[in-house]
Amino acid sequence: MSIYQEIILDHYQYPHNHGHLTEPNYKTKVNNPLCGDEIEMEVNISNNQVEQISFFGHGCAISQASASILTDFVKGKSVSELQNLQKDSIMNLLGIELSPNRLKCALISLEALHKLLKECK
Amino acid sequence: MSNQSSIKNQFPIFQKHPDLVYLDSPATTLKPQSVIDSLLSYYTDYTANVHRGIYKSAERSTKEYEETREVVARFIHAKDSKEVVFTKGTTEALNLLVYAWGRKYIQKDDEIAITVMEHHSNFVPWQQLAFELGADLKVIDITDDGLLNIYNSKGEIDLSAIVTSKTKLLSLTYVSNMLGTINPIKQIIDCAKKINPQIVIVVDGAQAVSHFEINVQELGCDFFVFSGHKLMGPTGTGVLWGKYQLLQNMYPFHFGGEMIQDVSLDHTTFKDAPNKFEAGTPHIAGIIALKSAINFVQEVGFNHIQHYEQQLTLLAKNELERNFGSEIIIYGPKDIRDRAGLLSFSFGSYHSHDIAQILDEDDVCVRAGHHCTMPLHKRLNVVASTRASFYIYNTEKDVEKLVNGLEKVRKVLKIK
Repeated sequence: MSIYQEIILDHYQYPHNHGHLTEPNYKTKVNNPLCGDEIEMEVNISNNQVEQISFFGHGCAISQASASILTDFVKGKSVSELQNLQKDSIMNLLGIELSPNRLKCALISLEALHKLLKECK
Repeated sequence: MSNQSSIKNQFPIFQKHPDLVYLDSPATTLKPQSVIDSLLSYYTDYTANVHRGIYKSAERSTKEYEETREVVARFIHAKDSKEVVFTKGTTEALNLLVYAWGRKYIQKDDEIAITVMEHHSNFVPWQQLAFELGADLKVIDITDDGLLNIYNSKGEIDLSAIVTSKTKLLSLTYVSNMLGTINPIKQIIDCAKKINPQIVIVVDGAQAVSHFEINVQELGCDFFVFSGHKLMGPTGTGVLWGKYQLLQNMYPFHFGGEMIQDVSLDHTTFKDAPNKFEAGTPHIAGIIALKSAINFVQEVGFNHIQHYEQQLTLLAKNELERNFGSEIIIYGPKDIRDRAGLLSFSFGSYHSHDIAQILDEDDVCVRAGHHCTMPLHKRLNVVASTRASFYIYNTEKDVEKLVNGLEKVRKVLKIK
């Protein structure tokens, strides 16, 4: 099965939550110099809940699509719930299987999210 | 053996995978049957360690192993086979030089010269040595065409901005694994030695040895290194060639069995080169099979190899430009005669990992990423590129499949 399934391509071509928030509580940036993937992530959190989230960046289709899908998923979720978010949940959201070499592309946005959540503790 | 299908038939991987389009030879080449047979024969017929046993199989393994040294010496036109040191690859050979030569001869405020097109294995070891010793690292830049920036206004090679009386070492690649550029090594060496006759010159031949004949004496370098596995030999094999007196004067690299002459409680003496650098049990089967790889290359012949890969690379370059126009940017020299059989390129705004992955869906293997040349990619202002190479087992059909694959990339990813 190709990893370029419709859901991935849709999010890659028309990413959700793409851009910048006007007044984010927290922001962070994660990159992978090995392949050039880069994700900036911004959130507004109040009452322990993600109210708004956005991302901005560049990289391969998998990194950009997974950022789009992940940011959709986290909206409205509580910080404590998101802190437990693991690799497997991301793979379930994406619905594809990735080789170890491409896994890091899918997980860069999760890394950005965890970095943000650590900051807002 | 210059008939194309008879050459391709020697590579058993195509029997298992008839649709395989292997365009990643600069990473490692495919292996012909004779090399595989040679490996197998050591393990099934005469397994024994080298240089020690007094029994028939041990004598045979030693003889076969040492024969490769002779074959390598003739292959690169060394004066003597004792100038040939076996390593596990180019990377180990270069690190050996840093430890065994660099640490002995380079001092604070000395200069080390390299180029921005070096593979990390010929960049990082010297950079780290310079940091450690407080030496100056000088880096030769490239032109926008991917040639070394070493020419004066008259078009002559001029190294006066780089090489001085303080430059102890110049280490540079013969062929760039990303740009494909074939550097004018002999002229560079002549020019550097004119400025500083004491300079020691290391040539990284990893990307050169499979493409054209090497004559270390004619080149005038002091050390020459290459990997067996980029020459259709087994992985884990490599060669360091050096002028004998330089090898003799160097520190040992690894200590252990086989490299010592005499060990007492209070002192140890070492064997002469090359044994001084070959501690421990080497990759015996691999070194023996390297001989078969060199025989294979020589049977095919460098005239055929060069002509064939140049034709195929030119075809690929023309086809990519004809089909994709300004959407494709091919890095490196414009003149096909200045490059070995590879093309690194950017394609639209598609990421090289996506390109490689979609090509792989149709069994087209290309390299994606920075190809272990981050300083060069930074110089070119690109994060990653895609590389397709062409060697003796590739065909015109492979070029067609590459072009079709890129059309598929555009169709699948269709960035607006």
